[in-house]
Amino acid sequence: MLIGGNAMKTQRYKIDVDCAVCAEKMEEAAKRTAGVDDAVVNFMMLNMKVKFADGADTREVMDRVLENCRKIDEDCKIYF
Amino acid sequence: MNEEQKKMAVRIAVTAVITIVASVLPDSVYGGSRLLHMLPYLVAYVIIAHDVFLDALRNISRGQVFDENFLMAFASLGAFGLGVMKDAEYTEAIAVVLFYQVGELFEDYAVDKSRRNISELMDIRPDYANIERDGKIVKVAPDDVAVGSEIIVQPGEKIPIDGVVLDGNSSLNTVALTGESLPRDVAPGSEVISGCINMTGILRIKTTKEFGESTVTKILELVEDASSRKSESEHFISKFARYYTPIVCFSALALAVIPPIVRMTVLNLAPEWSNWFYRALIFLVISCPCALVLSVPLTFFAGIGGAGRQGILIKGSNFMETLADARYVIMDKTGTLTKGVFEVTGVHHSKISNEKLLEYAALAESASSHPISKSLQKAHGKELNRGRVTDVQEKSGRGVIAKVDGHTVAAGNDKLMSELGIACIPCHQVGTLVHMAIDGEYAGHILISDVVKDTSKEAVKEMQDNGIDCVMLTGDGHKTAEDIAKRLGISKVYSELLPEDKVKKVEEVIKSKRGKEKVLFVGDGINDAPVLSVADVGVAMGAMGSDAAIEAADVVLMDDDPLKIDKAIRISKKCMTIVKENIVFAIGIKAICLVLGALGLANIWMAIFADTGVLILAVLNAMRALFVANV
Repeated sequence: MLIGGNAMKTQRYKIDVDCAVCAEKMEEAAKRTAGVDDAVVNFMMLNMKVKFADGADTREVMDRVLENCRKIDEDCKIYF
Repeated sequence: MNEEQKKMAVRIAVTAVITIVASVLPDSVYGGSRLLHMLPYLVAYVIIAHDVFLDALRNISRGQVFDENFLMAFASLGAFGLGVMKDAEYTEAIAVVLFYQVGELFEDYAVDKSRRNISELMDIRPDYANIERDGKIVKVAPDDVAVGSEIIVQPGEKIPIDGVVLDGNSSLNTVALTGESLPRDVAPGSEVISGCINMTGILRIKTTKEFGESTVTKILELVEDASSRKSESEHFISKFARYYTPIVCFSALALAVIPPIVRMTVLNLAPEWSNWFYRALIFLVISCPCALVLSVPLTFFAGIGGAGRQGILIKGSNFMETLADARYVIMDKTGTLTKGVFEVTGVHHSKISNEKLLEYAALAESASSHPISKSLQKAHGKELNRGRVTDVQEKSGRGVIAKVDGHTVAAGNDKLMSELGIACIPCHQVGTLVHMAIDGEYAGHILISDVVKDTSKEAVKEMQDNGIDCVMLTGDGHKTAEDIAKRLGISKVYSELLPEDKVKKVEEVIKSKRGKEKVLFVGDGINDAPVLSVADVGVAMGAMGSDAAIEAADVVLMDDDPLKIDKAIRISKKCMTIVKENIVFAIGIKAICLVLGALGLANIWMAIFADTGVLILAVLNAMRALFVANV
């Protein structure tokens, strides 16, 4: 599996979230966001890896990801 | 504990004290007033539960029904309500929230602790690099150092960037990278790897890579990424968690409503609303899947961290799962089981002293850059005076003839000897032979061969004892391959393979395996990227400094000790055992409590154990994965 090739843009972001269940929910929320091809939340390392859809504006997509995550856990943070 | 955790600990303690005191005080203190009796419990309840209620309200307003705060708030409020209406018994209501908070606190603390543990284990990130500017040493960010710059590393400091020693002698502590506690000596010309700690002398190093491409950065990136590749067990837990809470909650609702109605309408009995309501509350208390959702990734995280400390970098928990099912380990010979460097392993039939013969051979071959010449020089071990050598004639593919100290020395293979008409003595051992003739007379031969690593035999035996089939692949000739395999106790050997043949062999083994059995391939990471990717798990060995290998493999062994192969498998097995224990234990206890609860045989205290108790036990069990040094 080769992530981080040129065709598909993948980025890792630091996050902050309180519990493992919330982290699972964040992952679900991020995956559902338009412009996100795939997302993996790593609760132990407190990071989120986002694979963007082709041609997506990462900044704009991340705004939406954060908005969706806030809906399920108001206190969660994504640093981007 | 951090500030927030301390505050919570105080709240828990205060609540516990108030509740216990209130429950042991004789009822006469309250003068028969139910309201007065309730007061201390109410105070305790507000102290411990207010934030749970606030969070619950906030989440409910966002449509998050199955939020754990809401479920706990509802369960405890229900229990409190039963207390007010019935028996003035409030301890259960308080206990629900109190232990929920204890669980949360413990979870927080344990996760913090293991995060800290692992970042300490992986404390190899250099903060600065020393460079010399106008005769003074200045600290700069490692990122700002260009390739080819000179950096200075003082004793006690980490080497920030990969490079070559220009000046200085020292010992390096590589324990954080390889788990090997024996220091490594370096001298001018030695390649050094970032992340090692310089112990004794000042080193001046010329960097050969940028910080971003250096070993230390590659390793840290790998560790950051490691637990984001999820295993089957983690996917199972995610799925389980998604359905578990809603199912338990709807069951609770059904339990509270259906039996009383059935009793009333069909059986003509008293509905016993509060009895069934109490059973439903038990369901709510057990409805959180926390223990599982936390303990499984925590186990993998701790296991990957513990393995990292041993110089075994596992790129994801999915690979840990695969390693645990390893049944076949296919090893490349050169670089994995053998050192991959040619050494003089014998001097035979020498007419002069062995040292003298080696010296002549080294001198005669001194002009050549062939690996054989290098091993001769290494075996000789002393400085060579090239002035003693004249009239060098390279005989391509056969050897060399030169004048050394006035003697005509011929060093080469049997073809060279027969050309010169000199009879030579063959060797019964396997390897490359350098026959020597001095002044036209046979003077003996020097055996050069690839050396088997000290631990290879033990490593193979350990794996075989654990029920693993070892297979050896090599591009070398049958005779050499059979010889080494026999010495190591490996019965399956495939020799004279081209790189693409190795891929085919691994594919053959994969086809022949049964069920869940997994196939490992172990190579030194040089030229075997295709084979690494074909196997179920590709293990690159001795990868310290080879970023190509770090990239291609699923598991990276930082040093080149084959014992680490079995160790990686054993660590993975230990983690998988813990994961399975936790899954069975947590789901089992919860299921038992749910059944007993539905039958009216459980009380809230049992439910609290199934929730918080199981969480704490599962987390403690998960933390065991961190301790893998003596697995």
